[in-house]
Formats: sequence, structure tokens, C-alpha cells
Amino acid sequence: MAEPIEAMREAALRALDEVRSSESLAAWRVAHLGRHSPLMNFLGDLGSLSASERPAAGRAANQAKQALEAALSVKEEALRAQNLERALASEKLDLTLPGRPPQRGRLHPSSQVLRRILAIWSEMGFQVYRSREVESDEFNFQLLNFPPHHPARDMQDTFYTTRPGVILRTHTSPGQVRVMRERCPEPIRVVLPGMCFRYEQVTARAEAQFYQVEGLAVGAGITLANLKATLADFARRMFGASVRVRFRADYFPFTEPSAEMDIECFICGGSGCPVCKRSGWLEILGAGMVHPIVLHNGGYDPRRYSGFAFGMGPERIAMLRHGITDIRAFWANDPRFLEQF
Amino acid sequence: MEVPLSWLKDYVRLTLEPEALAARLTFAGLEVENITSVGLPALPGRGSDGLAWDPEKIVVGEVREVMPHPNADRLVLCRLFDGLTEHTVLTGASNLFPYKGLGPLAQPLKVAYAREGATLYDGHAPGRVLTTLKRMKIRGVESSSMICSEKELGLSEEHEGVMILEADAPTGAPLVGVLGDHVFSVKINPNMARAASLIGIAREVAALTGQKLRQPSYTLRGSGKPLRGWLRIEMRRPDLNPRFTAALIREVKIGPSPEWMQRRLRRAGMRPINNVVDITNYVMLETGQPLHAFDWEVLTRRAGAGPVVIHTRLAEAGERLTTLDGVERTLEDYMILVCDSRGALSIAGVMGGAESEVTQGTTSILLEGAAWDFISIRRAVQALRLPSEASYRFSRGVHPAMTVRAVARAASLMAKECLGVVARDVVDAYPRKAPRVTVDLPLARVAALLGTPIAEREIVRILERLEFRVDVRAAAPAGRGRRSSQTRAPRVLRVSVPDHRLDIGPGVIGQADLIEEIARVYGYERIPEAQLATLLPPQRDNPGLEREEAVRDLLVQAGLQEVITYRFTSPEREAQLDPAGAALARSQYVQIANPIGPDRSVLRRSLLSSVMEVAARQAGQRPRVAAFEIGPEFHPTGEGLPEEPLRIAIVLSGLREPAHWSSPAAAPMDFYDLKGILEVLTQGLHVGETTLAETPHPSFHPGKCASLSAGGRAMGVLGELHPAVAQRFGFAQPVLAADLDLQALLDGIPPRFTVTAIPGVPPVLEDVALIVAEEVPAGRVMEVMHTAGGPLLREVRLFDVYRGAQAGEGKKSLAFSLTYQAEDRTLTDGEVAQLRLGIIHALEEQLGARIRSGA
Repeated sequence: MAEPIEAMREAALRALDEVRSSESLAAWRVAHLGRHSPLMNFLGDLGSLSASERPAAGRAANQAKQALEAALSVKEEALRAQNLERALASEKLDLTLPGRPPQRGRLHPSSQVLRRILAIWSEMGFQVYRSREVESDEFNFQLLNFPPHHPARDMQDTFYTTRPGVILRTHTSPGQVRVMRERCPEPIRVVLPGMCFRYEQVTARAEAQFYQVEGLAVGAGITLANLKATLADFARRMFGASVRVRFRADYFPFTEPSAEMDIECFICGGSGCPVCKRSGWLEILGAGMVHPIVLHNGGYDPRRYSGFAFGMGPERIAMLRHGITDIRAFWANDPRFLEQF
Repeated sequence: MEVPLSWLKDYVRLTLEPEALAARLTFAGLEVENITSVGLPALPGRGSDGLAWDPEKIVVGEVREVMPHPNADRLVLCRLFDGLTEHTVLTGASNLFPYKGLGPLAQPLKVAYAREGATLYDGHAPGRVLTTLKRMKIRGVESSSMICSEKELGLSEEHEGVMILEADAPTGAPLVGVLGDHVFSVKINPNMARAASLIGIAREVAALTGQKLRQPSYTLRGSGKPLRGWLRIEMRRPDLNPRFTAALIREVKIGPSPEWMQRRLRRAGMRPINNVVDITNYVMLETGQPLHAFDWEVLTRRAGAGPVVIHTRLAEAGERLTTLDGVERTLEDYMILVCDSRGALSIAGVMGGAESEVTQGTTSILLEGAAWDFISIRRAVQALRLPSEASYRFSRGVHPAMTVRAVARAASLMAKECLGVVARDVVDAYPRKAPRVTVDLPLARVAALLGTPIAEREIVRILERLEFRVDVRAAAPAGRGRRSSQTRAPRVLRVSVPDHRLDIGPGVIGQADLIEEIARVYGYERIPEAQLATLLPPQRDNPGLEREEAVRDLLVQAGLQEVITYRFTSPEREAQLDPAGAALARSQYVQIANPIGPDRSVLRRSLLSSVMEVAARQAGQRPRVAAFEIGPEFHPTGEGLPEEPLRIAIVLSGLREPAHWSSPAAAPMDFYDLKGILEVLTQGLHVGETTLAETPHPSFHPGKCASLSAGGRAMGVLGELHPAVAQRFGFAQPVLAADLDLQALLDGIPPRFTVTAIPGVPPVLEDVALIVAEEVPAGRVMEVMHTAGGPLLREVRLFDVYRGAQAGEGKKSLAFSLTYQAEDRTLTDGEVAQLRLGIIHALEEQLGARIRSGA
């Protein structure tokens, strides 16, 4: 009795070997494990066997059935894996199709660089102090040691309003006197950001309106050595820990001694390039010890207090960092410019 | 200021290479902006507008004889010795023609001689074209070398004649050794007025390099009849004219000044005129003291019989004078005049008058060296728009001590170069002596301000090199306190300011002035870095800034691009926001007195107008425009400074989402895009319940405009712009805009907000669709639902609005998703049914709603 069962099993397993698709597997299942398959027929006909043969034949047939079922599930699994593999192989993306852009907004580049500058100063203990854009001649010039008609005024071409004594601030320095008068005799560490105005022909290099960030520290015992360390720290934060700085004597009416700080050109690393005009250095900010007249005008006795001040242009810094050659791009607000930030 | 090093060498030994010297000056506050090479190779990184002269091929030659050319009248042949051999050189130089046929010259002419193969500029080509000398035949005469014109050497445009050198130029020497030069362009800051001269720069170089300054003689050596008795000087305003020095030079021969002087003037950027004028300019460049030369004959003629009386005074407003450029000028009452008995002669420090100008026929020169109040000169120069080398110096301040020195120096040059006879005296009116400034500088003060001790010796040496006189003394002991015998008394320097500078003030200001001098010569690079160690100021909050930045961030997160526009505009530009284009009166604006253009003549009153202009430009570049700006507007007040309220302007226009390969373009943005952005903003700032109220505004579409308030505060206006306004800006499609009061918005932000806990039990969700009359606002429906549903109706969300046949004429269908939620338990079906019933009843009764589904 075992022979026909063995033959059935072997025939079924041979047929299973030939199966290559889910469809033929379904057909195989009907043919070999279906209700009318030889094995099932045999199981159904067990009753016709003698009682002595029945147990052995039944056992053998059931074993064959289990073996076929096990082989089926292995085959099923293999086919599933094969199908998945085929599907994965066929589902390939065109990686070069453009992505779906979310509608994103951006800060203006001046705001971005301004934020970065202010964040650094804030971590260094300098808080933001803001003051008005339309100023009096007194605050913009006279209290800052620019007497009327003084040649130092040639350095800052001014927009006048039709109201005498009212001008557009040429720098954020009027805020120096305002903050000193407000806080005297407290020590002061502030940065003064804001829009400034110069009566200039607008060209690729000069704008009639521009941002400035000034800083002011006032207290007892503040020195030029402090100024150097503080500004060098700022430069290292802003332009990289390894950047070198240098200080040159310069002139501003409201500071004395006055200095210009250069940083090593971050484009060429100091070896000389068109951006640094082959000098290896970039002019980045002006600074100096607060002039005794300005301290006095702010309410601080210059014999007891000293301080330093500095100023820089966020647009200039942005231009250097991003290779912008035309300053007019900032207020033109062309999306092709703005969207690059 | 242009500083030829060949000239500078007259006053100080130059021990550094040009680049090193430039760096030293730059670091000490005299920025060398450029170095131009003359005849020498350009320095690396510095442009050169000249040509490097080959030392082998371009040398000093001497012309020994000028002979006619056998075949050409316009050419001559020169017998020239180049230090090695004699050559016959062909030239067409007109300035050699007078020597033609004179035979061997007693005094050979020194010229620049270029040998075969030398590279020069082509003298006949326009502009600067390099060419190399080759052997060729001109009119039958072999020629391989040439005598150079200034143009060929790159010195000037002069090409009519060849350049004649000084007689003592060494024959055969490389020309570059004789005429080669570096010229520094030095930026003179206002505090460095004293350095606006060759001697001023030389003094700095001497101090910075430890060399001695060599000044020319300032002693007047005159042998002529005295001037005294012929000239009287009267000053009406000695405060504006503290000193007036005059010298007389008779029997001058007007003609060109010597080559060397012309060359120096040209290299320093001035044009040679004639010997007298050139000498005044030369001495001005040399000493910093501008001089003026009058034709003495004209002055004596005007004076008639008596002595010449010169008086200086302020002009009367409206007074007129024809200046030497031939222009009749109307004067203001702050301009100083030099006058004689017949009237004005010149505008002091600015420009001479035409009548007393030195001409070819002048024989006697009255030389004026005067000191003027620099503020008055600066005002006059600016008003008359007459900048000059002289007024540049006068308007920055020249010390009165300089007048006699410069006058004496110029007089001796005129004696030599104009063959003049100098009167043996000067007339020097100096009624108001410049005060001698002395500053007491405690050494401790230097260390305290610079943050590093500098040795007393070094400080004294620095100041003395700058010609300060320094007297070291111990400070008077403070009070009667005991002093330990070990501690020395604090040292104080008594510093006297030299009489060539006006920039050192008294007292504590003078101390700062001196400390600056010490620091810049000592070298900023030698001052160490030291961290701030002083007390930190009391810390303050800064809510205005933080909140403004939060607004920026929210708007950016909502997909808007920040823009920053000009504060300048014009009333006409802002009138575009009015549908009829009506502009506000200029008086409503802060008006610019000196605008850079008529379209930038005032400060803006409307931020929205500025952003609209940008949006209109952006619309040409992008299918979707979404921009905002935060910034001030400017509103004039009755008196004093204007108000500068901060506002927010938002503009949207174009497609909600531009077309993409995966999907067609979305619909254009409408009112609700803008409303959504404002909801993001107000929710993000937690300013409380926002409401929109229909409010007409001339710039907006009458049916699509609302005022925004939040937490009961008015915040501004939003809506779709009036089509006429949109069209004025060039928009064909709808434009959404908001104009908000930033301060009101910021003021509405609460100091803190609380968060609602998330319930732990599940909510019950269901949808309700209902039909209401068209005029019932959706907001009203939601209000009724909330009132009827009470706190258990946690959320109502509108998800569909339908108009059409199924809703019926004049009706609309609204579909809502409702969320019922109790905080502490799961609502039973019965409770929910009860709530729903109450809501539906309220809707039916109060709004006449018909329920379509969900109930």
C-alpha cells in the first residue's frame, strides 16, 4: 500500500519543483491537495481497506499530506519573496525629477546677518538698544564731538529734512548718548543696530540707506586692551576661531584713540585675492575709546569712567561672506537674490 | 594726498622699502591707499599706471649737437652721447629745433635716450600702446633708438617735444635711477590736517622710523627796498583772520617754472601754470600753508598815491566778486574777504579775484600767507562749490605759525627761480597769537586708558619725535596723606604742543589726544588683548525686540518672504494706494531737503505702499508673491522729531502653489489665504480671540476688506486691494494686503499663556451638514453651535461649503465636523444624542437651518 502513496508524493513534489508562479502553485494545490486529488481520493477511500491495512495506510497518507503541505508553504514563501524582489526591481524612481517645493518663507539677508551679529554680542553680554532713525543734529553730531561745520562732517554726508536741525541719522551713534543719559551712572554694554542714511549717489559700492551695528561699553577702568580682546573675540565667533585680526590707527570724532580692525581675508586665507585687493586683509569695523567729550555729554565723568565703541556694517559683512558684488541688491528685493539665502 | 617719495626724501631719510613704509604709515593712521610706480616696476598687488623703464635700455643721454635732416624739414638729427658711444639719433621734437645748426652745444642737453629693443609707449598712438624699438629707416636715415617724450615714458600726455632733464643728470645712468619714483596716495583724516604736506608726512615718517626731520630754511633773505610803509594790513575780524603775512618780490620774470618743480607738482597731482603760481603751490604742498600771489602793480594802481591798505572782513550778503576763473560770484555774510581801499580782492582761502591775478606781464608780486578760521573757510568752500588744494587745507585748519615760514620759503624760491628781488622785510599782522597749548599727562593715565604700561622713556621719546616738548615732573602729592618711602611719586608729563598743529585740546581732552599719539606711534599691535573685567551692567529684558522677532519668525513660517525697502519715497508714489491716485500734501511728510532724486523726496508714510512696489516687481519674476516687511513709517509732528511707528505690511498675489510636474497649478490666492496667515500670527502670539469686522477702506475692495482686532484691540486692516489700486501697481490679478500696527500687536501679547491638558478619554466625533440662507455667516453658525453645545462641544470644524441645486436658491450647505468630549469620562450615546438635539434645535430656531445629515 505504501508504494502508491510514495509514488503520489514523489509525483507531487516533482510537479511542485516545476512551479514558477502563484497561478501554477494554485493549480498544483488543486491537483495534489485538492478534494479530488489522488491523495485525497485515497484518504477518502480508506474505508474500503481492511481494518488491518487501514491504520498503516492512513498514517502513510497523512504523512504524505503533511509533507506536501509543508513543501507548499516553503514554495509559497519562496514565490512571495521572488515576487517582492521582482516588484522592487521594477519600481524605480527617476531621481532627477524635481522635488515638490514647500512654500517656504525667508528672512531678508540683512535680517539674517543682523541676527547672527546680535546673537554673538548678546552672548558676550551686550544687549540691544534701539533708537530713532530721524534724529536731531545735536544727537547725531554735536554731542558726538562733531561741531557745526566741522570738517569731520565731510566724512558723513547727511540727508537734511526741511525742518532745521532735523536730519536722518548718519550712524547709530546718537543712541550712544541716549543710552548713556538713560543709564548713567550704571556700567553699559549695549549694541545699537539700525538703519542709517548717507547722502550718497547709489552705486554698486555705496547705498543711501544701510544697516549699522554699533557697540558701546562704558564703565570704570575700560581700556584699549579690552577693546582689542572684545573685538577679536567677536571676530573669532563671527568668522572662525582661527581668524587673525589686526588694528590700525584711524579717526572718528567720537572716539580717541580710534582704530580700524581688519580680519585676515577668509576668502584667500591671507594670501591675497581680488576681494581683499591682494592685501590679505579685510576692513571689517571701526572702533575706539569713547571720546571724553562724548562721555561727558552722556553724563559720565571722563576722569572716572572710560569706554569703547565700535561699529560695523551687516551688509558689508554679508557681501564679503556671500560674494555679493553689488550692494544695491539688498533693497532691490529681487526674489532671485532673496531666495538664495 | 599724493606723496612722491623722490620728493619726500628731501626732508627725511627713507630707511624702509616702499611697502614697509606704507604699512608703517597706514598702521599709524595715515592710510596709504595706493602706491603708484613711475618708471619702476609696479609693486605686487598695486596697480601701476606707468611703465617700467629697462635700466639697460633707457638711459640719460646728452645731445651734443642738433643738425638738419638731409631730406626732411620737420626732422632733425642729433649727435648724442649715451655714456658709451656717440650716436646719430633722429627726432621730430619741436623743442630741439631752436638748436638746429648751432654747431656743438656749449651746454649739452640731457635727455632720456632709449636704445634698440627698449619698450615704450607709442607716442603717435592715442592712449597707451606699448611698442618695442626696432631698427628701421626713416627718410633714408637708419634709426634704431630715440629720444623720448614724456608720453613715450608714460609720464604725461606730452608728445610735442622731448623731455629735457636737469643739466646735472649723469650721462649714461639708467633713467629709472634719475626719474624713477613711487608715489603714495595718502588718506588724510580730519585729525591729521597737519600731515597734508610733504613735511607733515616726513615728520610722521621721521617719528615712526627714528629718523631726523630736515626742514628747508624759513629765513627771509631779502635785499630789496623794504615793504614797510608801502603796505598796511587791517583786520576787522581777527578771530576769523588771526594772522596775515605779506612779502614783496620785485622784478620777477614770469615764465615756466624749472623742470624739476613742474615734475614734482605733476606727480603730486597739480598742473604747472607759471613760475610764480607754481612756487606758491610748491610751498603749499611742501609746508601745508597755502599762499596767494597778488600782482602788486595792480594793488598800487588801485591805491593811487598812498600806501596799499589791505583789510580783511566778512562779506556783506549779496556782495559780488569776479574770481580768477572769470565767474562772478555772489557772496554770503560768513565768507571772509581780502580787500583793499577799492573793494574785494579775493575770497579768503578759497579763490583769488580776477583783477589782481598774476599774469604774463606781472613784474612785482605781493605774497600773502594768512591764517583763517577753518570753519568759515569750509562753509564758504561748500557754498561756492570751489574745492581746491588750498581750501582743502584751510578748511581743515593750518596753524598761524606757518604763515611766515611759508612766505619766507616761497620768497627765496622766487628770488632764485623768477630772478626776483625780495624786499628785506615782511609785513606781519598777528594780533591774536595762537595760544600755546600745554597738557599735564599723568603716566598712570596712559596705562589706565591703553591697558598696558609703556615705559616713561618710550613715551617721552615718541612725543619728542613728534616735536612735543616734554617736561617730566612728579605730581603734587594728593592731600597730606603719608606716602611710603618705596613708592615713587606719580609721574606727570607736562607736554607743550608744537606750533604746527591745532588738534590737541586742553585738559582731559588733551590727555586723550596725547594718548592717541602715543598709542599710534607705539603701535596698536604691541598693546595686548585683555578681557573686560569690569562690572556687568544690570540686565534688562527686551520684550519689544524679542516680540518683533517672533512676529518675523511666524510670518516666515507662514511662507512669507521678508523684504526691506527704502525709507525714501514720494507723495506721488504713495498716491498709488488711493483708487483715485490722490496724493497727500507734502507737508504731511517728513521732507528731505537734499533728496537724491524726486522719487525719493520724502520719508514714507505707508509701509504697505513700499511693499506693494516690491511685490509688483516680484510678480514679474515669480508666479506666487508673498512678502512682508516690518519697519517704521514717519509722521511729522507739530514740532521737533517725527513719530516713527512700526508697522507690518503683508502682500500676497498669484498662485497658492505654482504648477509642478506632478500637479497643475493651484488656484490663485484669495482673502482666506491672507486670513489664514493672520490667524497663524495671532495664534502664535497668543493675542487672544481675533475678530474681523467689515470696515470700508479706500484702498481695498469694499466687500473684501476688514479691520482686525484681537483681544479687543484694533490691529489694522486686511483684505483684497481695490482693483483700481491693484491695477495702478500693474497687477491684473487680485492682490491681498494687510497693513497692521506692530506696536498694538506686540502690546496684545500676554506675558504668559497656559496650555489645556489633553483628556485621557476618547472623544466622540460626528459630522453635521445643514442648509442655511446665504447671508448667514459661517461664524454665526459656529457661534450658535458652541452656545448650544456648551463646554462638552470641544471643537467645531467647517470642512465644506456647497452652493447649488441641492442646497436651493439663495441657500448654502455647510458641513461641520463636531468633537464632543468630557474631561473625566467617556460620553454615553444618550448624552451625545442630547447634545446633538440641543444644537440642532438651536440652529433651526435661531438661524432657520435645515439639517441635511448627521442628525
